[in-house]
Amino acid sequence: MPVQFNLNGVLCVEDGLPPTTSVLDYLRQHKGKTGTKEGCAEGDCGACTIVLAREDESGTAIYEAVNSCLLMLPQLDGANVVTVEGIADADTLDPVQAAMVETDGTQCGFCTPGFIMALYALRKGGEKPTDEVIHEALAGNLCRCTGYTPIVAAAKKACGNAPPDVVGARATLVPSSSYATENQRFSAPTSLEDLAALRAANPSAHLLAGGTDLGILTSKERQPLPEIISTVHVEELLEITETDDYLELGAAVTYTRALPYVKRLYPSLATLITRIGSRQIRNMGTFGGNIGTASPIGDTSPCLIALDATVILHSLSGARSVPLEDFFIGYRETCLGPSEFIKAIHIPKLSSGQAFRAYKISKRYDQDISSVIGAYRVGISDNKVASIRVAFGGMAATPKRASASEAALAGKDWTEETVLAVAAAVAEDFTPLSDHRASQAYRLRVAENLFVRLYRDLSEFEDLTDVVAA
Amino acid sequence: MTGGGDTVDIRGAAHAKVKHDSAVRHVTGKAIYIDDMPNVPGTLEALFVTSPHAHARIISIDGARALAMAGVHAVLTAEDIPGHNDIAPVFSEEPVLASGTAEYVGHPVALVVAETYDMAFAAAKAVRVAYEPLEPVLSIQEALANKHYTFPEQIMERGDPDGAIEGAVNRVSGRVSCGGQDHFYLEGQVALALPGEDNDMLVYSSTQHPSEVQHGVAHVLGIASNQVTVEVRRMGGGFGGKESQPTIIAAAAALAAHKTGRPAKYRMRRDDDMVVTGKRHDFDFTYEVGFDHDGRIEGIDVVMAMRSGNVADLSSGVLARALCHGDNCYYLPAVRFQGYPCKTNTVSNTAFRGFRGPQGMFVIEVVLEHIARELGKPVEDIRSVNYYGTDDRNTTPYGQTIKDNIIAELTESLKNAIDYDRRVGEVERFNAHQTSLKKGIALMPVKFGVSFNTPLLNQAGALVHVFTDGSVHLNHGGTEMGQGLFTKVAQVVATVFQIDIDNIKISSTRTDKVPNTSATAASSGSDLNGMAALNAAETIKDRMAGVAADHFEVAANEIEFRQNRVYAGNESLSFAALAQMTWAARESLSSTGYYKTPEINWDAKTLTGNPFYYFTYGACVSEVVIDTLTGESRVLRADILQDCGKSLNPSVDYGQIEGAFVQGMGWLTSEELVWDDGGRLLTHGPSTYKIPGSRDVPPELNIHILEDAPNRVPTIFRSKAVGEPPLMLALAVYLAIRDAVGRLGGGRLMPVLNAPATPEAILTAVDDIRRRAEAGAK
Repeated sequence: MPVQFNLNGVLCVEDGLPPTTSVLDYLRQHKGKTGTKEGCAEGDCGACTIVLAREDESGTAIYEAVNSCLLMLPQLDGANVVTVEGIADADTLDPVQAAMVETDGTQCGFCTPGFIMALYALRKGGEKPTDEVIHEALAGNLCRCTGYTPIVAAAKKACGNAPPDVVGARATLVPSSSYATENQRFSAPTSLEDLAALRAANPSAHLLAGGTDLGILTSKERQPLPEIISTVHVEELLEITETDDYLELGAAVTYTRALPYVKRLYPSLATLITRIGSRQIRNMGTFGGNIGTASPIGDTSPCLIALDATVILHSLSGARSVPLEDFFIGYRETCLGPSEFIKAIHIPKLSSGQAFRAYKISKRYDQDISSVIGAYRVGISDNKVASIRVAFGGMAATPKRASASEAALAGKDWTEETVLAVAAAVAEDFTPLSDHRASQAYRLRVAENLFVRLYRDLSEFEDLTDVVAA
Repeated sequence: MTGGGDTVDIRGAAHAKVKHDSAVRHVTGKAIYIDDMPNVPGTLEALFVTSPHAHARIISIDGARALAMAGVHAVLTAEDIPGHNDIAPVFSEEPVLASGTAEYVGHPVALVVAETYDMAFAAAKAVRVAYEPLEPVLSIQEALANKHYTFPEQIMERGDPDGAIEGAVNRVSGRVSCGGQDHFYLEGQVALALPGEDNDMLVYSSTQHPSEVQHGVAHVLGIASNQVTVEVRRMGGGFGGKESQPTIIAAAAALAAHKTGRPAKYRMRRDDDMVVTGKRHDFDFTYEVGFDHDGRIEGIDVVMAMRSGNVADLSSGVLARALCHGDNCYYLPAVRFQGYPCKTNTVSNTAFRGFRGPQGMFVIEVVLEHIARELGKPVEDIRSVNYYGTDDRNTTPYGQTIKDNIIAELTESLKNAIDYDRRVGEVERFNAHQTSLKKGIALMPVKFGVSFNTPLLNQAGALVHVFTDGSVHLNHGGTEMGQGLFTKVAQVVATVFQIDIDNIKISSTRTDKVPNTSATAASSGSDLNGMAALNAAETIKDRMAGVAADHFEVAANEIEFRQNRVYAGNESLSFAALAQMTWAARESLSSTGYYKTPEINWDAKTLTGNPFYYFTYGACVSEVVIDTLTGESRVLRADILQDCGKSLNPSVDYGQIEGAFVQGMGWLTSEELVWDDGGRLLTHGPSTYKIPGSRDVPPELNIHILEDAPNRVPTIFRSKAVGEPPLMLALAVYLAIRDAVGRLGGGRLMPVLNAPATPEAILTAVDDIRRRAEAGAK
């Protein structure tokens, strides 16, 4: 079946191009749309940003910025694609374009189309452009010339007053379920049953659950992956269930969709999630993908382990639940069977008296990979540590619980002396590596110190604990 | 001739806030970069095969398997080069393709040429290269110990520094180092070569230096310069990284085109770009300084050991500039600056905004801080007693007398404007009440010499045509990399003719229009090209005025160009009508213009002379906060006062100041180049190499251009260069972080903190100074 989508309002029907063709290469090389640029081909610079427009359940238009370098062509199936060439109305610039000219927001201009599209999504979303919102919305775009100030000014000028919008009649494209060439196939099942059957038949296929990690293999490494199964149209994987006791996120729920729930239930995790990649990444990236890729430096896993989450695995032979901490069995290795996939993540709610905190340490605040991430679920009662679960990322080959540290704290008085004494236990829990992000010594030292931060953060002690908030 | 430019009756005159000429094209995606040009059918893609070893003998290169692959047209090695395998910009023996030995990880050893990038990518992996690994030299210290240099050391010396240090009542010594920096221009290196008849070659190159690309291509292909034309309309950023580095990419594309007879493009992908091409030099410094009770420096000796990398490239000029900026704003009566260009098996470092001025200033500022801590005085007091004088104590270590010094007044004015002393008090109060977070604050003064250190480079040409409809075509040797040069030079021409800037078409830089150009570098783009364009336009204007004088039957000096018209008393003509009339009178409406910077000289042997036409000044106060538990830091506020002379275009200049400051901040904080013990760069993409993002810019960033400060020398409309100097203002951020750390040690202990001040570096420094403070050690 060919791939169909609207590109700046014009229907495109594509067949014959390899499914691993990146949308960036497609736009530039096959459609002559050279406004969209390649700055890195790894989803970090944002020069390739385009916008996908869709309607939510209520019919309201949602405009999501995405990195076209990480998208494979069949991921556009059924989409409304907007590029920098498609937003000016003849000679009348879009307000974000006009504002960027007005504020001197361009110098060399190479990053500009990406910024324009990130700003366009922000404007169409109607959010109030506070500094916080703007920095979050622009975290996925790098500029090396301006120093950003005029771009932030342009955001303030142009955003914040867009009326609700509808995508329009041409939005009603239906995704096809399979796109294939002679040597490559991209399947996009829509039901759990179909996904289970496909998975069983193709145990070596790559599962694509957003593709923000997988896309690097095709974009940068140019790997002609033969078999890809996308999970993001599987209805059962898109469900979000909330009860009195838990939150359950379908494995194909994007960070962006989950964020309102997370913000309400686990605010510290929500803050962390807004530091995962960028909006471009979070609009595509999913919880299931982040867990399934089993990176030792993935940001959500240590948090979910500390929250005592379980993953629900599924296959033709049924479902099973595995505590997330047992899911990871080695470096980039999981307990998933060859025909299994992640269906959902089940996260218990915090009980009263419990607090959750996640601290991410990286060279840059936004859009960086953690050198260390510490996650804590703590219950304090009568000024004693009544319950504690701690997990770290960046400290071992997998996201890992800090059992010795937990034991050193459980039942103890909740004082700074207690948390200062945890250092030895941290060294017992972890033997981290030295790499380009941080040395072993630093990782251990920070992991110790984050217990002190936790104490100062949760106690009555009036101390600022976040340089970004200072 | 240079006093004009005050007229505001036209759109886009000099000194007006004129938008970047390409702004609308930028925001609509219509600005064309080289990879956006319509593809010529048959264009091939070129890709280097690079060395995985830091140092190895190349035993053999076997391209047979790659050549047998679909779509592969050639696998080229050093032996296939028809001319000279050498693209050294200053010295020699800097090959396009390694011959005999590979000298760094990423060293190009072969070039594959294929129909598509994917085919080239697969073919490059199939090329078999046999290596015999050799022992590499990877650290500055190892090279320094073995006197392993890419060219002879440079020692700048005045007076008797040893005696002065020996005789001083106070002495301190220390060491500090600063890291390198990747340019991270958003548009990677790219060139497209189109073969013509008779072996001619047209090369589109993303380069700051088209003439050098022209020479490099001609040299490599073994053809004359007149057979090679190089064109560039705009770059997606340069920052010095496209001064000498584009030559290798363009030479590779041209070689591919020459060998296959088809157009060939080489667009280097990000990771290759970061691994294969050069960066800012990292430096290890050691210093010894003697000073009096007030902190006045009497003698100083600084060793500046820099990582030159595998070859010299531009490092000789770089080192000279480091030596020429080791004084920053301070009079050093007896001085020895020892510069060592350490040859290592890492990529050759190259030009980067500031051209090592930043590193020179880095070390002297640490020295001043050391003196202050030793004496227990505020560093501001130490600065004050050491600032250059205006009538005495005003000669630099290289013998140039400073005639335009305003640094004391400028820093005082900034401090007063922001109530510096009160701000220091607020920092102290914050620190008294907070446990995890601690603040620091610091001022950084900057004096930067403007002109290429090498006098002969300080020349420029321009070509201006007026057409019979009154429209103007402007060309000059400068290149546009986003810095607004084209806009500024168009303002100059608009001002000369007194016509709206809309009438001036800015055209691509081309070596066949203006030949033998210098790089657009050293902040000198508008100084040089603005003057050349002014000369060209005035030549035409004089001819037009002559025709108008004949027409109105008045003397030529009674003709006035004003508001798109030409007046003789009450009578007037449109500029277009006069252009038509000038043509009809058979007078040329085209002219070249030329400019060479006066008064400059430099003796590269003795490292003395007057290398700079003038100096430009600036100052910055930064306030930071650090987390003593994690080492994270933020810049909370920065206030900048920058001298731009009489700014040619304040909008453009603000942009340059902001951008340079943030780029400098990145160099000193989050941008860390990490190499493994095999000499492999581990940080070769934005996922691992972190340039500042929008949130990293200080939430309060106040920038002011110094008012009423026309250049004392007759530069173009009395403006001053602005491209590089503000980068060094970011040293205030590094010094403020040091201040925050230093406050933990009580003020008298020197923090042990090198740049970049990453969270790890800061936390290590915090733990270290606390340990020393507790031990009561000093």
